[in-house]
Amino acid sequence: MDLLAFGKTGWGDELFYATLMTIAVSITAMLIGFLFALIFTPLKLSKYKTFNFIGNFYTTVIRGVPELLVIYLFFFGGSSAIMFVASMFGYYEYIEINAFITGSLAIGIISGAYSTEVFRGAVQSIDKGQFEAAKVLGLSKFTQFYKIILPQVLRIAIPNLSNVWQITLKDTSLISVTGLVEIMRQSYIAAGSTRDPLFFYSFAAVLYLILTFLSMKLINRLEIKYSRGF
Amino acid sequence: MDLELILNSLPKLLPAALVTLKLLISSLIIGLIIGLGFAILRLNKNIFINKFAYGYSYFFRGTPLLVQIFIIYYGLAQIEYLRSTFLWAIIKEPYWCAIIAFSLNTGAYTSEILRSAFQTIKAGIIEAGKSLGISNKIIFYKIQIPIAIRQSLPAYGNEIILMLKGTSLASTVTLMDLTGVAKYIISTTFKPIEVFIVAGSIYLFMTFCIHNLIKFLEKKYSFSN
Amino acid sequence: MNKFKRTIFSVLASLLIIGNVNATDKIKIATEGAYPPWNSKNEAGKLIGFEVELAWSLCRYIGRQCEIVEQDWDGMIPALQLRKYDAIMAGMSITDERKKVITFSQGYADEVASLAVMKGSDLEGMETPAGINLTKPDSAAKKALKTIEAGLAGKTVCTQTGTIHQNFLESGDVGKINLRTYKTQDEVNLDLEAGRCDVALAAAVAFVDYAEKSGKPVVLVGPTFSGGAFGNGVGVGLRQAAQMGENTTLGKRDAELLRAFNKAIDQARKDGVISRLAIKWFGFDASM
Repeated sequence: MDLLAFGKTGWGDELFYATLMTIAVSITAMLIGFLFALIFTPLKLSKYKTFNFIGNFYTTVIRGVPELLVIYLFFFGGSSAIMFVASMFGYYEYIEINAFITGSLAIGIISGAYSTEVFRGAVQSIDKGQFEAAKVLGLSKFTQFYKIILPQVLRIAIPNLSNVWQITLKDTSLISVTGLVEIMRQSYIAAGSTRDPLFFYSFAAVLYLILTFLSMKLINRLEIKYSRGF
Repeated sequence: MDLELILNSLPKLLPAALVTLKLLISSLIIGLIIGLGFAILRLNKNIFINKFAYGYSYFFRGTPLLVQIFIIYYGLAQIEYLRSTFLWAIIKEPYWCAIIAFSLNTGAYTSEILRSAFQTIKAGIIEAGKSLGISNKIIFYKIQIPIAIRQSLPAYGNEIILMLKGTSLASTVTLMDLTGVAKYIISTTFKPIEVFIVAGSIYLFMTFCIHNLIKFLEKKYSFSN
Repeated sequence: MNKFKRTIFSVLASLLIIGNVNATDKIKIATEGAYPPWNSKNEAGKLIGFEVELAWSLCRYIGRQCEIVEQDWDGMIPALQLRKYDAIMAGMSITDERKKVITFSQGYADEVASLAVMKGSDLEGMETPAGINLTKPDSAAKKALKTIEAGLAGKTVCTQTGTIHQNFLESGDVGKINLRTYKTQDEVNLDLEAGRCDVALAAAVAFVDYAEKSGKPVVLVGPTFSGGAFGNGVGVGLRQAAQMGENTTLGKRDAELLRAFNKAIDQARKDGVISRLAIKWFGFDASM
């Protein structure tokens, strides 16, 4: 057990920070995923065929291709893509995006595809009457969406979003290629250094289980909060 | 965009796609058996059996597949005792380690899918069976299981696709599946984008086929409700 | 919709700010940190090794500030091209294949490779000369290759992905073998020790270091290899000036860096720095 000690000799402190990093990346990725969902859900629900196609392309490709490939592709192709975009704005110097953003973006893109599906399903399951009533009330399109539709969407979506959270949390184990030191990478380093893979990978499993368990508790509270008034 | 590379890598990637399919099908079959077994255990009245099955499912669904593979491949190899038994012949091979990890993983998800399908079977159907004098055992095998399987098809279809993506993790333990070969080609040509387009397309094609297969099965086995 | 456009723009802008423009004066050098004694990490996680110390020396000669960063082996060259860093010093051998996409400084050290097994393997005591060079293999070398081929037939051979060692094993020079490749040398060592691999191929010093640190009975067998698929020494990997265009600011910077490193290596060699570091880390003078 003294392998886990905090301080110089034990790996406890490294693993602790790695766990914090895992949580940080997961949350950031989830939020980035929401941003993507905010863009792509309307696209998927749009009546215009091209928008539809773009939205479906995103969710189909990202959900159909293994995460390892998406992460690799993003990591190797992403920087050059960003530089290309930046050069369109007239910025020619090279840009370096730090590992945290890269990793979170990579997972965020994946998380976003799942979130998009969840939101799409949730919006489609809301009674048409709600949309009509909101329109009839003469509110601006914005208020219609944020004050009437969105709260109902959230209530329906939260259970499925908790699934997306679980997926996102576990997918963070795959971003060691970006060099970010999260749980998996730290365990890998510790296992290699002490030649005790069984201990450290098992402990990593325990860490993930703890995170899963705590997440469930928190999300249950959220579910209760958002179901109020229904 | 190096089109020549795209064409040249196909003959290397397609056999690897077969390896991926082999991994997928083996894991699904074993996983289905495990899943059915644990689903039944979960429905058991005995609280210890129930909790044990729940624990299994919680562990394999709550931890990343990568961790599971690493524990089985690297962790088990560390145990000196195991190396001297006949089990070593199995654990020695990365192929079997991957199958074990994948099967246990999909078994956990499958058990959840089947369990919830069992639990949502309308009580009326079971009562109808009982009132006809059919024994509990036959009700289970001839009525509950078929209904559960049919109700699980959409969710299980999802699980198959998730497992297909999961097989890509076999590349982390030296197996040359589609992802493994893709990574290898990239390491020698330094052209990640082209290779990933090809490999990704192959995965998408497989996803497409699985999706349509499930839709077909759903139609074929649907009750005229 | 104006609000929408504004949010997108501010998100992009903040991403640019969070990312940082690489300071023009500092040289960022990447190493793997997982290939002792060339480069590795100590218990505190700090990068150490022959190349780490050599990098500091070279930067002193160049007269600029340096930063050494860690990078996974399989992303080493792509990340260089993406300008995540400016140079690679990671036991990377100079090979024609790699020269297609990046350029190298002159070599600073030789990396001889060797096969290794666990004690008690039937490959021990293979009858071969002490070392063979594959650039112009003479009859002794060819005979050694045949001996090796016979010994390795049907065996499981392990090595790190994307290395000269993998290239050699796949070149057909040793016939048909069951090849397994791993992400890091560490994983190769683990599986060799576990018995999953019958034999492994890597830099001779890598196995010696592993045997010392782990206390496991790893034994070198066969000849040491150099030349041919094994390249011509280890050098500093750098971007080709042609990548950005020889006349652009960035292209000129890359060409300038190549000149600076070559000059620094000359000076370091003359001052005996490379030899001293080689003896310190390898136990013998591996400098070129």
